[in-house]
Amino acid sequence: MRRIKVTVDGKTHEHEVEPRLLLIHYLREVLGIGGAHSGCDTSNCGACTILMNGESVKSCTVLAVQADGEDIMTVQGLAKNGEWHPVQTAFHEAHGLQCGYCTPGMIMATISLLKEKPNPSEEEIREGLEGNLCRCTGYENIVKAVKQAAGSPVS
Amino acid sequence: MIPLKFDYEVAESAQHAVELLGQHGDEAKLLAGGHSLLPIMKLRLAAPTVLIDIGRLNDLNYVREDGDKLAIGAMTRHTDVEHSDLVKSECGILAYTAGLVGDPQVRHRGTIGGSLAHGDAASDLPGVFLALDAEFKITGSGGDRTIAAADFFEDYLMTALAPDEILTEVRVPKLNGAGWSYRKFNRRAQDWAVVGVGAILERSNGSISSARIGFTNMASVPVRASATEQALSGASVDSIAEAAESAADGTSPSSDIAASSEFRQHLARVLTKRALDEALSR
Repeated sequence: MRRIKVTVDGKTHEHEVEPRLLLIHYLREVLGIGGAHSGCDTSNCGACTILMNGESVKSCTVLAVQADGEDIMTVQGLAKNGEWHPVQTAFHEAHGLQCGYCTPGMIMATISLLKEKPNPSEEEIREGLEGNLCRCTGYENIVKAVKQAAGSPVS
Repeated sequence: MIPLKFDYEVAESAQHAVELLGQHGDEAKLLAGGHSLLPIMKLRLAAPTVLIDIGRLNDLNYVREDGDKLAIGAMTRHTDVEHSDLVKSECGILAYTAGLVGDPQVRHRGTIGGSLAHGDAASDLPGVFLALDAEFKITGSGGDRTIAAADFFEDYLMTALAPDEILTEVRVPKLNGAGWSYRKFNRRAQDWAVVGVGAILERSNGSISSARIGFTNMASVPVRASATEQALSGASVDSIAEAAESAADGTSPSSDIAASSEFRQHLARVLTKRALDEALSR
């Protein structure tokens, strides 16, 4: 067992964990953050995407011990004072989801993308979300949502 | 999917990592970004009993000018190479190819050194480093040694790294205006390249003075298109199409679910021509 200290959604947690515990399982099963989804479990689908020190990362392919001392943000930490994050609002208004399973990962990947490229072209959006799969194939509205969000301040 | 149990050690320095490797022998594996190692541990294709985390060695995350070369620390992430102004201006093929690895999430964690030490000839970078005639700096218990990319890759997922050695730096030449291209064919976004070709062309007085061409996924290790390189040495720029016809000579790529051996050889010829045409125009 190894002691880790991780900041998740602005709150610092300390736990003894097995080295083989994956970050996605730490978030979901230890901290109870169900908003971080586990999809393919093979680092393909991107449903488990979270921000690690502000950058998108697939939490099924990170050990919890690798997150020791780091700053993690999940979809559940985005809203501030009851107000959605602009990317959440854009996905809602542009109907950038169907079943919603991929949505937390899509939103976190979008926030990371817009930090690197605040005004992405459609091609850059599609390439920037290459690591996130939507099995409903709702990509058209997801791209629209990202375009709409690109006009908003993203923090 | 959960990996088998292992002990976890954090290396404080490259030297410390070497010491830990010495203590634990070949049951230990180095953990850098983890984006090659953790997936195969989850599938239980690998089961090291000790992981030595070198991902926190920030002093191995750098891009520096070193005379007519660039020196890149082994723990430099793909995203840092992709966005480095120095790499973009002096060795464009490397910045471009680093930007094709996996997807953005993978590039935020995966490292140049980790990818090379994993030694997968189907990943995009090894063939490009081979075409660049890169040098790899290796640190072990006896000190540092330098090895050419051509001598580093030994077989499928096998490299020249001894069990107590760590790859610490890669050095690539500045391209000084040489044309370059990396072309790959894959069936879906994120898939490994069925075949990839990295090409670097040096020109003088309207002819080609040298061509360096490295393949992704044409053998168990990255290989050069030697016949095409020889045909282009000192040749006219009009000879590219003919020279590319020999791109697959001497290769015997594997057949798998993505492509037959013959189709891989066909792709090698087609992609080599496209890469050379693009390199010429750059």
